[in-house]
Amino acid sequence: MNLTTRFAQLENFGHSLKATCYRIKIEKTEDLHEVFQLARQSGLTVTARGTGISYNDVSLNGGGIVLDMSGMNQILEWDPASGVVRCEAGVTLEDLWKRVEPDGWWPPVVSGTMKTTLGGCLAANIHGKNNFQVGTIGEHVTEFTALLPTGALVTCSPKKNADLFYAMISGLGMLGIFTTITLKMKRIHSGLISVDAWHVPTLRRHLGDLLEHAPRYDYIVGWLDTLATGNSLGRGQIHAANNLKEGEDPNARETMKLSYQHLPDRLFGVMPKSLLHYFMNPFLNNAGVRLINTAKYAASLRRHTFRESHAEFHFLLDYVPDWERSFGRGGLIQYQSFLPKETAADAWREMIQLSHRRGLPAYLGVTKRHRPDNFLLSHAVDGFSLAMDFKVTDRNRAPLRNLLLEFDRIVLNAGGRFYFAKNSETSPETARAFLGEETIAKFKKLKKRCDPHGLLESDLYRRVFGS
Amino acid sequence: MGYNGMRISSGGQNVSDAPKLFAPAQGRSPYATPLTPRRRGLIIGASTGLGAALAQKLAGQETSLALVARSKDKLDALCRQINANGGYALAYQHDVCNYDEVPALLRKIVADLGGLDFVIYAAGINLPPGGMDKYNFENDRKMIEVNLIGAMAWLTPIAEMFQSAGAGQIVGISSVAGDRGRVGNPGYNTSKAGLTTYLEALRNRLTRRGVNVLTVKPGFMKTEMLKAAQGVPFFVIEPERAAEDILRAMQKRKQTIYTLSIWRWIMLIIRHIPSFIFRRLSF
Repeated sequence: MNLTTRFAQLENFGHSLKATCYRIKIEKTEDLHEVFQLARQSGLTVTARGTGISYNDVSLNGGGIVLDMSGMNQILEWDPASGVVRCEAGVTLEDLWKRVEPDGWWPPVVSGTMKTTLGGCLAANIHGKNNFQVGTIGEHVTEFTALLPTGALVTCSPKKNADLFYAMISGLGMLGIFTTITLKMKRIHSGLISVDAWHVPTLRRHLGDLLEHAPRYDYIVGWLDTLATGNSLGRGQIHAANNLKEGEDPNARETMKLSYQHLPDRLFGVMPKSLLHYFMNPFLNNAGVRLINTAKYAASLRRHTFRESHAEFHFLLDYVPDWERSFGRGGLIQYQSFLPKETAADAWREMIQLSHRRGLPAYLGVTKRHRPDNFLLSHAVDGFSLAMDFKVTDRNRAPLRNLLLEFDRIVLNAGGRFYFAKNSETSPETARAFLGEETIAKFKKLKKRCDPHGLLESDLYRRVFGS
Repeated sequence: MGYNGMRISSGGQNVSDAPKLFAPAQGRSPYATPLTPRRRGLIIGASTGLGAALAQKLAGQETSLALVARSKDKLDALCRQINANGGYALAYQHDVCNYDEVPALLRKIVADLGGLDFVIYAAGINLPPGGMDKYNFENDRKMIEVNLIGAMAWLTPIAEMFQSAGAGQIVGISSVAGDRGRVGNPGYNTSKAGLTTYLEALRNRLTRRGVNVLTVKPGFMKTEMLKAAQGVPFFVIEPERAAEDILRAMQKRKQTIYTLSIWRWIMLIIRHIPSFIFRRLSF
């Protein structure tokens, strides 16, 4: 195989990190065998990559091989009676929901974008706005098969090879490559979802409402105005949603149709949304975001209830195509921290105030309610998460890095955790502090067993776990 | 001149047999993050002169470097110095005339660096025949092998990789000597004219693929090679000065530079001297 002509410059989702790698397209399991053999012969390491939309370096492998898994995109079996689906690992959430929704099912856990692949979703063990109710995606996997670098094809379920099951899901693709994934879908009785939206004027109210109202809803998510100061610090808006029960939607037959779930590609029916990011760019600075946030908050003051399609509710990140390009040449990064419900308010107040003092406010803040899970490299806590998007420029890199290092300290002191699909600056020390030596030792022991020659390595793995 | 640099691999099969690192920096290049970006560069012919000056300047600019040269001791010393000053450089002993070694060595370098963003071909020799009535095929052949074929051996796979990636930067150190065939050193003129033309052809292929190709034409520099200069050298500069010019040109993604820039005008005149006059001149 000629690697020279497969050299590629790949990026993270935020266009803030580039790496040059050898990209090899995978279409079937046999291709994986071949690549592992090639890697062994040529002394190169291997990382799997789905659609490449992680915020960090988890699917980058500078100087090594990156498997383009998008060719393994067949839905192998779908049973509309039981809601069980078996897919290849390169199937995206978009492929999946478009297949199951017309039959009255919805993926149990989805990310804010539908572009993610199932392999990537399992490797990061993604959560959705319903994390507090149903856990991570891993909890809905009934079985998966994966190819280990040893050449062994393993089948794992919560009962069979359970240690691998709970480690490979959340394992960042460092133990083996997912080939097929079996998932149980969730029943829906309408193409619509009922959403309540209300504002929260302070950080305490914000987190208090997430905590208090979550049990009554299937989904809950908050927008946090990261530029608000003083008494208004942490203000925002909460969206909480419930699936409709049978009979609640008189037009269920219509709304369940795929055409009804379509995200409009024009704004006000006129402007193509693909151009929107150019118009957003001039607002992506401290003054512009303050203006937009204030307007957004003012608009949220009226409590309202409405119904919208599942696609519109779940996939906000797909609403404006290429929105991340509006952050300009340096791109963006996301810093997401997970904090216990007892310590979250104080820690986030300190972090947001610090970001204001440094003149480095985040431009977007999103909060969610979480509960713990049993997966090995877990990011979950009984508490909340706050995701903050930061614009990266040539001038702010060093001060922003210092700010995030201080954030890490605050989060660790508050008993918090981090998510490997998001943060790009996490140090090995920080990872050790929140995962614990025992967890890391367990992970490395499994790694040795599944990948004795250390063929699977990503830039993230080297950064966080050393090599 | 001895060109019996230690053979470091039997050619393209197994990278684990490829050169052992002997620089103080061990393991892979430091990681890059969005907030601590790093470039990864390869310099061929890095142990002395302009190559070494470029390595030293680049080392201070968040760049991980792979340094390739024939002379183990000089390379080792340079790497030690760079790494002691907080830079990151890996050393690879290699004779650019061992063309078969290139593919495996390049693969190892790219893996060790964690990618490749730019390459500088700075390997070059100047072996004058010793007078305008002297001829020396052996010397001429060596100059072609090092200055031109060595460059082609390295830049062929690199051009193919950068073309595939749609990104990257190639810098070739040619010479004002390639602008005209002169009486003093036909072999050197030819090797550099060949290199200039080769780089131009690469540029014409690769610019449309997002790859920048920079041809550098230095005049006289205070390096080992100055001894080979005929006549009294003028506008002589330190290699550090040339390195600064080159880094600036790389940043601006220029196509061709002369260093010093006055050589552009000198060579413009020399290129336009009609042959019936030029063949009567003694330089």
